[in-house]
Amino acid sequence: MNIVVCVKRVPDTETKIKIGGEGTKIDPAGVEFIISPFDEFAVEEAIRIKEKLGKGEITILSLGPAEAQTIMRKAYAMGADKGTHLNDATECQDTLAEAQALAAALKGMQFDLLLFGKQAVDYDNGAVGVQVAKLLNLPVVTRIIKLDVADGKATVERESDMGKEIVEVKLPAAFTAEKGLNEPRYPKLMDIMKAKKKPLEEKPAQLDAPKLSIVKMDYPPARPPGKIVGEGEEAVPALVNLLKNEAKAL
Amino acid sequence: MGNNVLIFAEQMGGKFRSVAYEAICQGKKMAQGLGGKAIAVVIGSGVEAVAKDLGQYGADKVIVVDNAKLKDFTVDAYGKAFSEVVSKNDPAVVLLAATFQGKDLGGYASAALGAPLSSDCTEWASQDGGIQVKRPIYAGKAYVTVKFNSQPAVISLRPKVFSPDAPDASKSAEVEKIDLALSDDDFRSVVKEILAKTAGKIDVTEADIIVSGGRGLKGPEGFAVLEELAGLLGAAVGASRTVVDEGWRPHSDQIGQTGKVVSPKLYIACGISGAIQHLAGMRTSKCIVAINKDPEAPIFSTADYGIVGDLFKVVPALTAEIKKAIG
Repeated sequence: MNIVVCVKRVPDTETKIKIGGEGTKIDPAGVEFIISPFDEFAVEEAIRIKEKLGKGEITILSLGPAEAQTIMRKAYAMGADKGTHLNDATECQDTLAEAQALAAALKGMQFDLLLFGKQAVDYDNGAVGVQVAKLLNLPVVTRIIKLDVADGKATVERESDMGKEIVEVKLPAAFTAEKGLNEPRYPKLMDIMKAKKKPLEEKPAQLDAPKLSIVKMDYPPARPPGKIVGEGEEAVPALVNLLKNEAKAL
Repeated sequence: MGNNVLIFAEQMGGKFRSVAYEAICQGKKMAQGLGGKAIAVVIGSGVEAVAKDLGQYGADKVIVVDNAKLKDFTVDAYGKAFSEVVSKNDPAVVLLAATFQGKDLGGYASAALGAPLSSDCTEWASQDGGIQVKRPIYAGKAYVTVKFNSQPAVISLRPKVFSPDAPDASKSAEVEKIDLALSDDDFRSVVKEILAKTAGKIDVTEADIIVSGGRGLKGPEGFAVLEELAGLLGAAVGASRTVVDEGWRPHSDQIGQTGKVVSPKLYIACGISGAIQHLAGMRTSKCIVAINKDPEAPIFSTADYGIVGDLFKVVPALTAEIKKAIG
């Protein structure tokens, strides 16, 4: 079973976002970058499937700046075998252009499962997995929290607006991972060392001109300063009074 | 170049969801700015009868794809049906609600049509003959204003941000039923079973009030005090990432950057310190109350009202006091 996992390099979720000088991108100074957490669930799932079946190959595909190779090596340390970095020095902000570049690179690859995170926790569009699947004419199931593979098909559990669903899909197919799918492992030191020697191919990302532009980036409106109503349960009547009469929230 | 707005009207079990009305009302306003029509699209099985009601919310026309095979939503089948309707109508804007379905369909349509996409928009404006949108990024730590350089633009609106106008019973819409050829290829993914939500459980994204708990709850059994308050208020119970990672609460209850982004009328944070990734997920709540024993907890700087104290004493007192206040 061959599995390709698409991963994106994003700022750590504990990062305070600072808008950069030109006002349309963030200031990367002092920011720690990680594999987008939902992509990490996808990497972990690929490794678990390979471990369970005892065979197969896991390929990492990442579109991003040169530094994206650092997070690819993290996926290697977790257990992925090899990968391709689609170099984009332009910091593309158009998900469709990114999806098209990923799809172009995937056209030459053989795989049974194509895994994504449900969204990258930077631009939060949550669309790339579905877009790539459509561009490659693959069936796609989103926000999966359980994945079983057998006899050329996958049975998945997913979150939906209705609750939870069990979906069956023929392979090859694409999936996007939701939190709850698994608990990603911490790589051991020895695996981190080994990861440095695994093959990593670099290619320029084939990006079309973006069909949308970021006009500007803003901070969210500041919240008005709040107040400490008091200490302990003695403060409760005053709080309820404020909620009822000032905030009109009850 | 078209100037119509095509709107996906999301239904569940043959009933429109409130997000469908939200999208149609905004779609009508966009269409007025573009000098075009608001065309709603309904996809499903047994949905033809309800379609005309969308006229009351502003749809000029409703296109219905009613097919027994489309009983359950799958991205592949609904995506195919939706994008075929879109390409036949050449709209300026394709509008959806940023629900699970809407986000998936938006992605599919964007790829099928080669159209730019922006999800989860919280504002829009007519600009230079087109539509410009504003949307949160990094779970709301920042916002971007986006302009589209190509038509159609695929836009999804964050649920509960835009209120629908009251229905006007005097209005109706022309209904066009169309048949689409769906092949086996469109049904490679099949819904085998739907495990419905626990009866009475309110999803955090749909709740007007959320009572949320963090590490201060000390364990899964600690949530009983929050459940009691939530039950009284008809609220949903949310959780911080730590609590979910510890396995005290289900993943679907997590609020924050790797969980759900919520903006209820009232958010009561109990024993939550206020990590930046949690604040990102709830800072657009209208009113925030924090209860924490650490006066230095960062949650207090985001809260409108705070009580410093032991939540196991404060929360039951709050439940009792609210019971008195609301009778």
